[in-house]
Amino acid sequence: MSSKASILEKIKQNQPSSISELPDLSALGPDTYENLQKYKTVLNAIGGAFVEVKDNDEVISYIKNNYPAEKRKITTIPELSEIAETNWTNDDPHSLENVELTIVKAHFGVSENAALWVTNELLGQRASVFIAQYLAIVVNKKDLVPTMHQAYERIGNQDYSFGTFIAGPSKTADIEQSLVLGAHGARGLIVFLMD
Amino acid sequence: MSGKIIEHSKAAEIFNRDIKREEWHDETLWMVREKRDNAAFQIPEWELLRETASQIKNNVLSNIHQYLQDFEEQAKKNGVVVHWAADGHEHNKIIHSILENHCVKQIVKSKSMLTEECHLNEYLTDKGIDVIDSDLGERIVQLRNETPSHIVLPAIHLKKEDVSETFHEHLGTEKGNKDPKYLTEAARLHLRNVFLSRKIALTGVNFAIAETGEFVVCTNEGNADMGVHLADVHIACMGFEKIIPQRKHLGVFLRLLARSATGQPITTYSSHFKKPADGKEMHIVIVDNGRSKQLGREDFRNSLKCIRCGACMNTCPVYRRSGGHSYHNAVAGPIGSILAPNLDMSKNADLPFASTLCGSCTNVCPVKIDIHEQLYKWRQILVKEGYTPTTKTIAMKGMASVLANPVIFDFAGKTARFIMQKAPGLVNNNFNPWYKQREMPAPPEESFREWYKKNSRESKDKNNEQ
Repeated sequence: MSSKASILEKIKQNQPSSISELPDLSALGPDTYENLQKYKTVLNAIGGAFVEVKDNDEVISYIKNNYPAEKRKITTIPELSEIAETNWTNDDPHSLENVELTIVKAHFGVSENAALWVTNELLGQRASVFIAQYLAIVVNKKDLVPTMHQAYERIGNQDYSFGTFIAGPSKTADIEQSLVLGAHGARGLIVFLMD
Repeated sequence: MSGKIIEHSKAAEIFNRDIKREEWHDETLWMVREKRDNAAFQIPEWELLRETASQIKNNVLSNIHQYLQDFEEQAKKNGVVVHWAADGHEHNKIIHSILENHCVKQIVKSKSMLTEECHLNEYLTDKGIDVIDSDLGERIVQLRNETPSHIVLPAIHLKKEDVSETFHEHLGTEKGNKDPKYLTEAARLHLRNVFLSRKIALTGVNFAIAETGEFVVCTNEGNADMGVHLADVHIACMGFEKIIPQRKHLGVFLRLLARSATGQPITTYSSHFKKPADGKEMHIVIVDNGRSKQLGREDFRNSLKCIRCGACMNTCPVYRRSGGHSYHNAVAGPIGSILAPNLDMSKNADLPFASTLCGSCTNVCPVKIDIHEQLYKWRQILVKEGYTPTTKTIAMKGMASVLANPVIFDFAGKTARFIMQKAPGLVNNNFNPWYKQREMPAPPEESFREWYKKNSRESKDKNNEQ
C-alpha cells in the first residue's frame, strides 16, 4: 500500500465518527470602523510610513525628493516610468539584487493590521517586493477594508498564482527581543494613500 | 542535539543555576505574553474569534480524510507535485530525492518545526547536503550547533553577547560588538548571498486550503519569500493537520496567529502560494509521523488543532523558568508536552509532569485546546502503563496504602509531626525532593481528625447545655 493510501486509511479509521459543523463567520468583523485613521495609526505602529497623495504626479515628486536619483528603481505602474524602470518583468529575478526601491500598487489595504494585498499580476515578478532595499506601495483610500474578514470577502474566488499581504517593513526581534527593521526584505515601507 | 536525553526536571535544574539568566528568560517571555494580551484586548470579539477558530478546527479534524483529498486534487490542478510521507524518515527521503533529481547539493530553509521534528537537517547533512536555515533565530542556533528552544523565537535562550560571539566566530563580525542592529545587518548580508545562490528552497506551511489547493506561509523577516522566489524549486512541508476548509477561514486564523504569538496585528508577510511561477517547480510533502495515531486518541486528538503560535509557552511558569531545551522535543512547552508522548511514551514520559496544571496555557490558546487537562490525562496513562520513574511509583503506592487504612494513616501522621517538630533535619534535607527550593510547612500541633474529635465533642456539649 502506498503511504498516501495507508495514511488516509488510518485517518479514516481514527477521525471522529460524525462531522462537526463549520461555524458561521457572518458575526465577525465590525459594522462601523474609521478605516483611514485606523490604517495610519497601525501602519506607524508597525514601522511603516505613509504619505497622502492626490495623484501619481505627487508620488513622482515625493520619490524624486526622498530617494537618491542614481539608485535603481523599478515599478509596475506605467505612470511612474519617469522615475522607475518598467521593462524588467521578464528578467532573471537575480538581476533585481541591486534594486533600491520597488514601487507597486496594492489591490486594497486592511485597516486593523495595515496589511496590503498584492498578487503576481501587480508584482511584475514575485521577488520584486522582497529583494528591494526599500518598498513603496500605492493604495487608494477608498480601497481600505476594516478587517481580514472583509479582506477575504473581497478576494473571494480571485485567481492568482501568488499573493501576499504585506504589513510594514521586514523585521526581526530574534536577538534579545530587540526590534530591528530590515531583516531580509525591505528595510522600509512607504504607503502612498491616494485620493 | 543528539545523545542521551536529560529528564526535564534535571535539565531545568541546570538551567536554574544561572539565576540572573533564568530571571531574564522568565521576564522576557512574560513581556511577550503581555504583548499578546494588549493585542487581544484591542479586539472586542476576541473570544468569539477563538471560539470560531476552535470550531473550524473541530470540523477539520472530523472531516480531514476528505479535506486532504480535496487539497491534493486542487494542488495538482495548480501544477504542484504532492508527496505523502508516513513518517519522518520518509519525509527526509523525499526531500533528498528531489535534491538528487536536480543534482543540487545545497538547500536554504525557512522555519519549519516539522523538519525539526523529522531531524531533516541531520539527515541531509549526513548525505553531504549543505543546509542553511534562514530565519535569523534559527541561523543563530544552527551556527551554535543547537536546536531552537522556542517554536516562534528560536534563540530566546540566548543573550546578545552569545550571538555576538557566534557571529564573530562564523561570520567575522567585530569582536565584542553586540548591537542587535549591527548583528542583524551582518546576517542580512550573509544570507542574501545564500538566497541568491540556492536553487532549491524549503519552507514550512502555516495553513493549507482544501478548497483551492493553495498554502500560506507567514514570516516577519521575509526569509521564506526571499528563498523561494530566487530558487528554481520550492518544497513546502506540512503536517496533515495544517489543512483548513476554505480561503475565507484564513480571515479568522490570520487575525489570531500573530496577535497570540508576539502581539503583532499580523506578520509582515502572509504569502499565499497557489501555482509555481513559470518554468519553476513546487512540491508539497504531507506528513503523518504519528498524527493519525493522535487523531485516534479521543482525549488527545484536539492537540492537532494547534497553529504553533507559542502563546502557551510564553505564559507557562514552568517553561519560562526551565527553558525550551529542557523539553528535549522539537516543540517545547505545554503543547509540546502533550504532543511528545504520542511520538514516544517512554522517551517523553517526564514532559506531562513539567507543569503546575495552572491552566494558563488553556486560557491563552487561540484554538481553545484544553492543554492542561490533557497534561493531567497523560500523567494517568503514563503511570498506568508504567512509564514513570520507580521512585515515584513506589511513593504513590505507599501513599495509597497509608491513605486507605485509618490506623496506619493516624500513626503516620503522628510520626511525621513528631519528626518535624523534634528533628526537622531528617526531612529538611536534600534527600527529600520536595524540600528543593521550598521550606517544609510548620507542623501543626494536632491533626485535623484530633481537632475535629475534640471540637465536635465540645460543640455537642454546648448544644446539650442549651
